[in-house]
Amino acid sequence: MRDQFICLALLLCALHSACGLYFHISETERKCFIEEVPDETTVIVNYKVELYDPRSNGFMPSSPGIGMHVEVRDSDDKIILSRVYSSQGRISFTSHTPGEHVICMYSNSTAWFSGAQLRVHLDIQVGEHAIDYANVAQKEKLTELQLRIRQLLDQVEQITKEQNYQRYREERFRHTSESTNSRVLWWSLAQTVVLVCMGFWQMRHLKSFFEAKKLV
Amino acid sequence: MMGSTRYTQTADKLVLALLAAAALLQCAAGVEFTFDLADNAEDCFYEEIKRNTSAYFEFQVSAGGQLDVDVHLKDPQGKVIYKLERATFDSHQFVAETTGVYTACFGNQFSAFSHKIVYVDFQVGDEPALPGVDEHATVLTQMETSSQAIHKGLNDILDAQTHHRLREAQGRKRAEDLNQRVMVWSSLETAAVVLIGITQIMVLRNFFTDRKPSQAHYGRL
Repeated sequence: MRDQFICLALLLCALHSACGLYFHISETERKCFIEEVPDETTVIVNYKVELYDPRSNGFMPSSPGIGMHVEVRDSDDKIILSRVYSSQGRISFTSHTPGEHVICMYSNSTAWFSGAQLRVHLDIQVGEHAIDYANVAQKEKLTELQLRIRQLLDQVEQITKEQNYQRYREERFRHTSESTNSRVLWWSLAQTVVLVCMGFWQMRHLKSFFEAKKLV
Repeated sequence: MMGSTRYTQTADKLVLALLAAAALLQCAAGVEFTFDLADNAEDCFYEEIKRNTSAYFEFQVSAGGQLDVDVHLKDPQGKVIYKLERATFDSHQFVAETTGVYTACFGNQFSAFSHKIVYVDFQVGDEPALPGVDEHATVLTQMETSSQAIHKGLNDILDAQTHHRLREAQGRKRAEDLNQRVMVWSSLETAAVVLIGITQIMVLRNFFTDRKPSQAHYGRL
C-alpha cells in the first residue's frame, strides 16, 4: 500500500510538472518575467527544466546536472532572493514594497555545455491564486461553504490591496505630470530670459566692436 | 486484523487527499505573466491543450515604442488559428480541435530599437474547482449558488483591475518619458541658443576683420 502510495505521489508530481506553459531558452540565456504586485502579496513560481537531448531529438524528462539560478528584484532594484535551485523548484516570496518585481532565471551551466536548448516549464501564481485551498480545508476543517467564503474573502482582500496600490500609482502618476508641467513652465521662462540676455549681449558686443574698428 | 484495516483506511484517505490536491494542482493551467520582448526578437510560448478544452488567450503591450507587437497562435499541426499584426491589446477564445502543443508567438522584428513589455494571460480549461465543492451531485443551495456568483463577479473585477492597471502603466510610462524628454530637450535648447548666439558674433566679427586687409588692398590699387 505504501509503495502504491509513493508511486501515485511520484506519478502525480510528474503529471503536475508536465502540464502548464513552457518555453525554450539556450543554456546561457537569461529570461526575466515581471510581476507587478501590491505589497504583502505572495508570489509562487513553479518551474521545471529539461535539457535537450540530441540523441533522441527530444527533451530529457530529468536533467540532474542542470541547476537554475533564480533572482528576484523588487521595484527599487534590490535583490530579495538570489539562489541556485536544482532542475525543478518552487520559489515563493512575499512582496514588501508595491511595484514591479522582476524574476530572472538562468542556468548555471558551464561553458562547454552552452548552446544546448533548455525547455522551461513555468507556472506563476500571484495573490489569492497562490493559496492552496486543499491544504487550508484540511488544516482548518472547513466545510465546502466555509471554504468558498474563505476564497471570497481572500479575493476581496486582494482587490483591496490592488486598489491601495492603484491609489499609490495614481499619486506617482500625478507627481510626474505635475513635475512635467512645472518643468515646461520654468524652462520656457528661463529660455526667454536666456534669449533676451543673449540678444542684449550680442548688441552690446557688436556696438563696442564697431566702435573699436571705427566703422560707425 | 483491525490494525491493518485501519492502516488501509488511512492510506485510502491519503490517496484521496492526494488526488484532490492533484486535481487542484494538475492543471491550474492559467498562467499570467509579463515579459520583456527584446528588439528584433520573437518569443514563443507553448502549452499542451487537450481536445475540446476551451482556452482563453489575452495580451497587452504596456510599454515600448508604439505599444505594438505581432502575435500569432498556432495549433499542433502548425496551422495559424489566430494572427494579429502591430496590435496593442486583444483577446481570443478558442476551443482546441486536437490534443497537442499550441504555440503562442510574439514578434518584434519590425522594431529595431525599442523593446516591448508584454503582458500575457493564457487560461486553459475551466478554473479548477475547490476541493469538496462541486463534487456532490445534489442541487446547490441558494447560498452555494450565490457564493459561486460572487466568486465569478470577483474574478471579473480582478480581470478588469489588471486591465486598468496595465492601461495606467502605459500612461504612466509615457508621462515619465515625456517628463524626461522635456528636461533633456530644454537643456539642449538652452545650450543651442547660447552656442548660436556666440557663433553669430564670431562670424560677424570675422566678416569685418577680413574686410580690412582687402580694403587696404583696394586702397593700394
